[in-house]
Amino acid sequence: MTFSANISLVLPELVLGVSALVLLVWGAFSKKTTPVFTGASVLALLAAAVLAAIGPHGHAFNGVYSADAAASYAKVAIFLFSAVAVVLGDRWLAARGDQKFEFPVLVVLSAVGMGVTASAGDLISLYIGVELQSLALYVLAAFRRDDAKASEAGLKYFVLGALSSGILLYGASLIYGFAGSTRFADIAAASHGAHGLGLLFGLIFVICGLAFKVSAAPFHMWTPDVYEGAPTPVVGFFAAAPKLAAMMMFARVLGDAFPDAVSQWRQVLIIAALLSVFVGAFAGLAQTNLKRLWAYSSIANVGYALLGVATGGEVGLHSMLVFMVLYMVDVTGFFACLQALSRDGKPMETIEDMAGLVKERPGVALAMTAFSLSALGLPPFSGFWAKFYVFKAAMGSGDVPLQWAAVLGLVGSVVAAFYYLRLIKAMWFDAPAGSVDKPQPTARAIGFAAALFSFPIVLAALVWLDPAAKAAAAAFGHL
Amino acid sequence: MTGLLSLTTFAPLVGVALILAARAAKGPGAATDTLAKWIALATTLVTFALALVLTLQFDAKNPGFQFVEDFAWFAGLHYRMGIDGISVLLVLLTAFLLPICIVASWKSVEKRVVEYLIAFLVLETLVIGVFCALDLVLFYLFFEGGLVPMFLIIGIWGGKRRIYAAYKFFLYTLLGSVLMLAAILAMISIAGTSSIPELMTYKFAPWLQTWLWLAFFASFAVKMPMWPVHTWLPDAHVEAPTAGSVILAGILLKMGGYGFMRFSIPMFPNASEMFQPLVFAMSGIAIVYTSLVAFRQTDIKKLIAYSSVAHMGFVTMGIFSGNAAGEQGALFQMISHGVISGALFLCVGVVYDRMHTREIAFYGGLTNRMPHYAFVFLLFTMGNVGLPGTSGFVGEILTMTGVYQASTWTAIVSATGVILSAMYALTLYRRVMYGEIVNPELKTITDLDAREILLFVPLIIMTLVLGIYPNLVFNLTASSVDGLVGAWRAAVGG
Repeated sequence: MTFSANISLVLPELVLGVSALVLLVWGAFSKKTTPVFTGASVLALLAAAVLAAIGPHGHAFNGVYSADAAASYAKVAIFLFSAVAVVLGDRWLAARGDQKFEFPVLVVLSAVGMGVTASAGDLISLYIGVELQSLALYVLAAFRRDDAKASEAGLKYFVLGALSSGILLYGASLIYGFAGSTRFADIAAASHGAHGLGLLFGLIFVICGLAFKVSAAPFHMWTPDVYEGAPTPVVGFFAAAPKLAAMMMFARVLGDAFPDAVSQWRQVLIIAALLSVFVGAFAGLAQTNLKRLWAYSSIANVGYALLGVATGGEVGLHSMLVFMVLYMVDVTGFFACLQALSRDGKPMETIEDMAGLVKERPGVALAMTAFSLSALGLPPFSGFWAKFYVFKAAMGSGDVPLQWAAVLGLVGSVVAAFYYLRLIKAMWFDAPAGSVDKPQPTARAIGFAAALFSFPIVLAALVWLDPAAKAAAAAFGHL
Repeated sequence: MTGLLSLTTFAPLVGVALILAARAAKGPGAATDTLAKWIALATTLVTFALALVLTLQFDAKNPGFQFVEDFAWFAGLHYRMGIDGISVLLVLLTAFLLPICIVASWKSVEKRVVEYLIAFLVLETLVIGVFCALDLVLFYLFFEGGLVPMFLIIGIWGGKRRIYAAYKFFLYTLLGSVLMLAAILAMISIAGTSSIPELMTYKFAPWLQTWLWLAFFASFAVKMPMWPVHTWLPDAHVEAPTAGSVILAGILLKMGGYGFMRFSIPMFPNASEMFQPLVFAMSGIAIVYTSLVAFRQTDIKKLIAYSSVAHMGFVTMGIFSGNAAGEQGALFQMISHGVISGALFLCVGVVYDRMHTREIAFYGGLTNRMPHYAFVFLLFTMGNVGLPGTSGFVGEILTMTGVYQASTWTAIVSATGVILSAMYALTLYRRVMYGEIVNPELKTITDLDAREILLFVPLIIMTLVLGIYPNLVFNLTASSVDGLVGAWRAAVGG
């Protein structure tokens, strides 16, 4: 393969990476964020999404990087949601007179990392992607450095993230030691038929490391604190694009490098998934802060997505890809609404703050009701369809433990229903707790768009999204 | 005529759009509220007219699905609608009760009128959708979607403990439903289709039927509700506004019975046969136990709620009797109970609107001041007891006849329920209506006004017409019920 052919495969990340550097220099010299600067970052992300959608497919750099339909699908979603995050973050910081040019640059840099992980064909490229993404995210978590809670969030995220990277690396080194290669294709070939204990040990460590990144229980402890402390738009970003990237890492490592060890990694994933669902459901019951609440909600949702991954194969991947995109729209919309709301200039972050919102701001309240019902998994909202896909995949897998895990997962969703209902109750049944400021228009518009997607657009969108995800899943791994 | 079914189902949503447009144009206020009420009433009446056309065009000889609409959707799902003899009258019942609900709320609902009406109209679409859907997932969509408007109706416009009741209603039903969802997904994976007509002829392995039956049972038994999972119902009824109770007792409970007849029996005949004794036992206990519980209530609405559970016991045992008499009786009982219990909740609403209490002890001697009301309440009390000549009688006698053939003991036990229902219903009537007015607050209570009389007239007509000429129902349902029973008998080889 010629060098230019290789380059054409990695073009989306290349364009983004160069844009990030140009933006960095531009920002460093101009010293302030103008709308043009933010617009340029958004444009770079959109361009990368287009390139990922239309770009050629193939293995680049000797299989270190694989650009297949699944990677394109994930990257389009990741770059688009990163672009939304840039806009939301910019508006949030502008409202506080705290615009810094580093914000868009960091989002773009993390998007590069996420793109690389989604295409990783080798443990080393996987690790580079993970670190690039994570380092940018650590800084974003602590972006408001004069805020003690944000600093705490950033530090906690960094220390625990570094630990998990260590675990991931240790697992990778074990795999390399027993398979003799870091390339996924070679690992799959080396382990063909029989999996030695060493390889499996390595695999478990890698799964643990990835479970941390995706905030699956029992590696979820950082999530509520980081979500509570980090700026609201950053949380919306954390809960969306990086989650999809991490899910893609799972799919890459398990599907590309260990396709024959399904029965081994499936057990691990089922346990992690069920723990996540129940930790998310039960721990969420005690929360009053909405950001913490949605942290537990995201833990539970990761559990559902992991059930899709645990199913494995084309069906499982298909379900996970649909699930994640639907979930990302919901969670982005929810945090956009949360960011749009304030009372006397103070953000509204607890359930009590939302009391009587439907009288004060019926539009935003309706949107947040839609997100709650969607997260609850109630038809016809998008969250129901997301769950429909993963549970259908698990039910059709023919694997008895997985089928029971799906039933238990559904039961767990009833427990979680209680806290979503609490939010709806506060908004609809309780008396208003004072007047609410005029919502921030951009964030509100994005929230409305996401709510309309949740219902009714999703019913039409799935007609198009379903085959797209199916094609992506079918092309996974084989080019 | 294709499209008529979808038109009937989604017609209420047109009303929602009109109401929203009216509010957008005129802004909130009393004038808008009145206009919205008229729009809602007109919409529900149009829907009723459409449902009537549907019923009149329905070919009673054809046991299969009619007015079928079928469009491919995504992931192998279809937008597939159709009705047969089992569902057609439930659609009509829904469309019949909704205008009554709107008129019943005309004066008693004062806050957030527009939202209230929208909730009712959305609920109507969802409930009609439940009875028409011929795709498992579409059915689940309508079935579960109905939780939200009802949650809001109880939670916003309900009584003192409304929030507790709303939660209880929602979570109880949801838990049952997710188990059904698991079964639905399993069925789609195994049979490779989500089409209800195809699944009705698909033969699931007997061991699998057991699991699937239990999962569906979890959902429908809660919805019905059957003893011992009925405890959400009295709370929901007591706290719901009058129209909410009417729709809950009149229609939402029927979704459980409909589910048994549409899914449990045709799709899992072997399991239905196996679990027949369980259903009989639960129904028998429900009839006797909840009748006794009803006797001890001090709240009028709670008493009627428990009596609903008892009457639903007749329905469940009739459905699982396995013969045409039982099934016909169960279906008839559902229609009849929809009318009578709806009317009884309206009767409670009449005095509640005036006195704002439902305590039985508060009342007494109402016949002196409210002769019209006394007549109406007596008629429906008798219907509830199952007096011959009212529709309540036909359903009870038929289900008992059917069950007698399947299990003599169950029939005998349930027959005591008829006596017990006379006991609590007549006691209630005596304590509320007869005697002298002792409570000074009641001295100025007024009789039914024109609106309220208008409200009860159609219900009275239905109760009497169905009681005197039940063939109106049986003519429509016979061929579908025969098909259902025949398929069940053929499947279990009896």
